Amino acid sequence: MSFITVNNLWKEYGSQVVLENLSLNVAQGEFCTLVGASGCGKSTFLKMLLGQETPSRGELLLEGQPFPAEPDRNRGIVFQRYSVFPHLTVRQNVLMGLELEQKPWLGKLFGSARAEALERVDAMLAAVGLSASADKWPHELSGGMQQRLAIAQSLIMRPRVLLLDEPFGALDPGIRGDMHDLLLKLWQETGTTIFMVTHDLREGFYLGTRLLVFDKIRHDPHDPQAFGATITYDLPIGRSDQALLDDINQSVNATARSQAA
Amino acid sequence: MRLINHHPGRTSAVLLGLLPFLLIMLVYSLASQQRLADNPNDKLLPGLEQMTAAVDRMAFKEDRRSGDFLMWQDTRASLQRLAMGTGIAALLALTVGILNGVLPMVRAGLAPLVSALSMVPPLAILPILFIVFGLGELSKVMLIVIGTAPIMMRDVAQRVRELPGEQLIKIQTLGASSWQVIIRMVLPQVLPRLIDAIRLSLGSAWLFLIAAEAIASTEGLGYRIFLVRRYLAMDVILPYVIWITILAIVIDQCLRLANRRLFPWYNAGAH
Repeated sequence: MSFITVNNLWKEYGSQVVLENLSLNVAQGEFCTLVGASGCGKSTFLKMLLGQETPSRGELLLEGQPFPAEPDRNRGIVFQRYSVFPHLTVRQNVLMGLELEQKPWLGKLFGSARAEALERVDAMLAAVGLSASADKWPHELSGGMQQRLAIAQSLIMRPRVLLLDEPFGALDPGIRGDMHDLLLKLWQETGTTIFMVTHDLREGFYLGTRLLVFDKIRHDPHDPQAFGATITYDLPIGRSDQALLDDINQSVNATARSQAA
Repeated sequence: MRLINHHPGRTSAVLLGLLPFLLIMLVYSLASQQRLADNPNDKLLPGLEQMTAAVDRMAFKEDRRSGDFLMWQDTRASLQRLAMGTGIAALLALTVGILNGVLPMVRAGLAPLVSALSMVPPLAILPILFIVFGLGELSKVMLIVIGTAPIMMRDVAQRVRELPGEQLIKIQTLGASSWQVIIRMVLPQVLPRLIDAIRLSLGSAWLFLIAAEAIASTEGLGYRIFLVRRYLAMDVILPYVIWITILAIVIDQCLRLANRRLFPWYNAGAH
């Protein structure tokens, strides 16, 4: 049995079809990157994995069980922005999950339990390179550092699945490279299953073990929303030759243009 | 250069700010001198001399009848009512506002009621308060609560709903229960916004306080003003109004500073 099973999954909002007939098996520890034009359901699929949306038809299973219908601590998330708490320092942000887990009523740790938890927090901050900023407020951090913090905050909970929704979309290109290295390192260390949505096809090719391209096969020029997107390429990475990249790029761009028109 | 691009320097900004105050004082003293020259017993526009004499009498000499220092007694009575009224209103606003903002089921049940209540003109139900709660302290405090709480509740609920949805999802992925979402994410981020809401509603709190005191009271700043009105005692009324204004400014600034001190992340544009 595979870790995550998607079986003939459809997502519709009224007459608008977002995803059609999606089928997929993902093994534990895979790093899937999701690419495609805007409006092709990448983020919708991620939201279903997160529990924020439910499928209209079909199955979405985690180890044979349907996905819980609300977010829980087995699935971590990093958004493009706003995923850290502005009223907590860097350390407190990472500590939060541990506190919530151990103190259902107060939601805060004190004394030796706190000191113990802080050791884990500091180790996590060191792993993402934020040790020097441990006592800063999030607004004092750069965009890249805020995303490091958001990743650390999620990973300290050891989620079974880590979901990344265009996590590096708002960052400078140079910083992105650093973040890629960091993410690959953390993924190898933790063995978490990762799904990452990105706009950047190259990023999708470079990172991860598996590339999923979301695209529309059928277009109705009179009713652009009549057909949904599905996975058009499902590639193990390593086969990343230039001709294929160009091919996918062309197809995705054509969809984007036809939607914009 | 266009007018819209002319900016005052630091000193000239201060001077420009002071100018209207000085002008008003000048116009007043000229008019006051004029009237006093015509009639030394004029009561409408008392000069500085009469006003200081009145303040001296009210604040620094024992009242002949009761032996109290009236102005301080009035101030204490009024501030006590104001503090209790705004305090209770703030607590109510925090509780109802957070529940309304966080829990969709509560919002569906309570939000229409809160909206309707905030439309009731509080002074129109003042007689009801006097009938129900009597003429004592309770009815005055209740008027402030009823007058300011519903609007603050709406404000707090709105602030809660303005928190980014990403945060709400994020804290759930960290395993938070609804209760933990409230105490770890919503409450701490709403507190500085509540203080802002209190600052905004203090103006109407004063209005309701003085209205209630004017109608039924035996002490208080509003009571005194309406009492001495019978004798056209502008020499008491004007210093009282200035004193109330000073109190309001001081309270407002204290809250602003408290907000800055207590929530450094809030004022750095982090929200």
